[in-house]
Amino acid sequence: MSIVIALAGNPNSGKTTLFNDLTGSSQYVGNWPGVTVEKKEGRLKGNKEVVVQDLPGIYSLSPYTLEEVVSRNYLINERPDAIINIVDASNLERNLYLTTQLMELGLPVVVALNMMDVVEKSGDTINAAKLSALLGCPVIEVSAVKGRGVKELVQAAIEAAQSKTACEPRHLFEGKVEESIDQIEAILRDNTPLSNLRWHAVKFFERDQSVAENVPLPNEAAARIESLITACEDALDDDSESIVTNERYTYITKHIKGILNKKSSSNITTSDKIDSIVTNRVLALPIFAAVMFVVYYLSISSIGGMMTDWVNDALFGEFVPGYAEAALESLGTAEWLNALILDGIIGGVGAVLGFLPQMLVLFLCLAILEDSGYMARIAFIMDRIFRKFGLSGKSFIPILIGTGCGVPGIMASRTIESENDRRMTVITTTFIPCGAKLPIIALIAGAIFDEAVWVGPVSYFIGVAAIILSGVMLKKTRFFAGDPAPFVMELPAYHMPRLKGVLLSTYERGSAFVKKAGTIILLACALIWFLSSFNGSFEMVDAEESLLASIGNLVAPLFAPLGWGNWKAAVATFTGLVAKENVVGTFGILYGMEEVAEDGVEIWSTLRADYTPLAAFSFLVFNLLCAPCFAAIGAIRREMVTAKWTFIAIAYQTSLAYVAALIIYQLGLAFTGGGFTPWAVIAAILLAFIIYMLLKAPYDPSNLKGRQAKELCQH
Amino acid sequence: MQTLKEMKPGDTVHVVKLHGQGPTRRRIMDMGITKGTELFVRKVAPLGDPIEVNVRGYELSVHKSDAEMIEVI
Repeated sequence: MSIVIALAGNPNSGKTTLFNDLTGSSQYVGNWPGVTVEKKEGRLKGNKEVVVQDLPGIYSLSPYTLEEVVSRNYLINERPDAIINIVDASNLERNLYLTTQLMELGLPVVVALNMMDVVEKSGDTINAAKLSALLGCPVIEVSAVKGRGVKELVQAAIEAAQSKTACEPRHLFEGKVEESIDQIEAILRDNTPLSNLRWHAVKFFERDQSVAENVPLPNEAAARIESLITACEDALDDDSESIVTNERYTYITKHIKGILNKKSSSNITTSDKIDSIVTNRVLALPIFAAVMFVVYYLSISSIGGMMTDWVNDALFGEFVPGYAEAALESLGTAEWLNALILDGIIGGVGAVLGFLPQMLVLFLCLAILEDSGYMARIAFIMDRIFRKFGLSGKSFIPILIGTGCGVPGIMASRTIESENDRRMTVITTTFIPCGAKLPIIALIAGAIFDEAVWVGPVSYFIGVAAIILSGVMLKKTRFFAGDPAPFVMELPAYHMPRLKGVLLSTYERGSAFVKKAGTIILLACALIWFLSSFNGSFEMVDAEESLLASIGNLVAPLFAPLGWGNWKAAVATFTGLVAKENVVGTFGILYGMEEVAEDGVEIWSTLRADYTPLAAFSFLVFNLLCAPCFAAIGAIRREMVTAKWTFIAIAYQTSLAYVAALIIYQLGLAFTGGGFTPWAVIAAILLAFIIYMLLKAPYDPSNLKGRQAKELCQH
Repeated sequence: MQTLKEMKPGDTVHVVKLHGQGPTRRRIMDMGITKGTELFVRKVAPLGDPIEVNVRGYELSVHKSDAEMIEVI
């Protein structure tokens, strides 16, 4: 019979390291059902009968944040055989706060006292035996980094699981509070068949709606409980939730004195010294800029970029196709099959794998930033600016990386804790022009604007403006409303990044990209290949006679109000979905060129004849802002988890692109005396709507986070 | 009433009461800022918000708007 052991603990308590120690390489990383909270499980190294379930890092079991709700639901509903509660010994008080809550669940608990080496180094001592007596459960000293004590921990956890003796809840509360909770417990005992009464009694006392809803009580009993709570609240002049939290901490502070012996009163650590420089008022921003430059340089410009170019241009551009073509020719296969394999499949796989080197270097940099403790400081430094438009301080990294390539940019949003901030970042990251959009900018600047220098900066300005406007507007909609996640964030102590952990994290994220994003990219590339290679009667034709061209013709009128209702521009935009630089290549083909330079210099004069400057600018704006390439859409799908949110992101991006292009073209036309159409009225109304959204008061649902959490509980 | 928001780097204060309500308040308490807790104001972020305080032996970053909910002496 297999045993399930759940791993619970604060963020930064060394949980990930311990999990890696316990499970080795047999890990499964996914998401908890329906939410973008990482779900990791694995089998114990050396004993495949034992499943280790890693819970999200949490500070409490409150019903307010997704991580906490996920953990709570899991512990209550799935009832693992034992909990390993990993406790950071160098931060004992706050870590034990979660322990006091875990102990009430009626499950066997083993406390893993981690980072004892840090404690010992500072000269402090912790009496583990006394702590064990206080908590009423085994306490094992471990050092997850050095692998010390892990065997004993596993042994203790398995024994606890097999003995099935739940951790006896300590009665931590005092006087009036304990009395009230005891009485609630008695009422529950008479009215419900519940097993872990103590936990439920505390939750009822806290007025935890998501628990109360699942426990039907006779009205009379509910009323008696309510009057008990109110009486206690009146006596202590505080609300019941605060009373419980206070009591827990008071209990810990009172009893910790004989357990934790501090050596010195000086609380200046090495970490504090580093921090006094790194987040110094004067030096913080220059240091931040330097760190960002290095990350960008390594992943986009140098190593990552070079390797990606090599994979794209050499490996999947020449080597593999060349080899495959020769092989296919020698086999004498049909032409359509060759095309399918060469352009469809190899091209598709190449599109997925091409981004991988860049991504791996980026993930490595991010893992180092996270592991060293600097990532939390980035949020600390940048928060003020980004908070203003509904993003997190950590959104800076995805957007910066997005200037190189949107795919790793989107994937970098993983480091943002709040789900709302993360979604907002994912939606807005691709507004910033990526490397592949530069040829489009060069084409329009060269063909229409006489290579004017302003086109480039203006494109970036439009991207930044789109991010800010979207942040401000979306924050006011129902989807993103509610308090921004309270920014009460721990700034963990700095430490040297650990090679093993950093590499594992890089590998996990890399393989997640290949698996999750890969499928959608592959399918989409194959579809576009099919549409652009075949006509309606399934004969292979050139792009200008293909199904894609027919579709382009069909939808071209849609783009007429934007000033470029010409089917060629529509088709070029569509092929941009495969990769943005294709827009230029497609234009070349559609205007009868065999091949064009990256900036399409051969077709500049033809374009100038076909498009007015205003129309060309509108085309540029649309292509900068609209749905990104399939690789980026795949990354969005991976980060958003649900198809619904992926759709919302793509639909929003494309609508914003359309509206922006419409406003620019139609109002531009009206103001330059180029003519006034009914569309100009619509454009003016849309512009007014945007201004209204920017100025309007925020949408105010009462406690949306709580509601989300409640919905989740009901699943 | 003075709150954590008005404190300067280097100040050591004690929590009197937590105002406000809902998730943010609970979060602040979960992180260890409860009645009577000693807080040491470490620094203000380069752009003026948030602030960094030392609570129960670790570093915590708090928004000024949230710090306003924390009454201190």
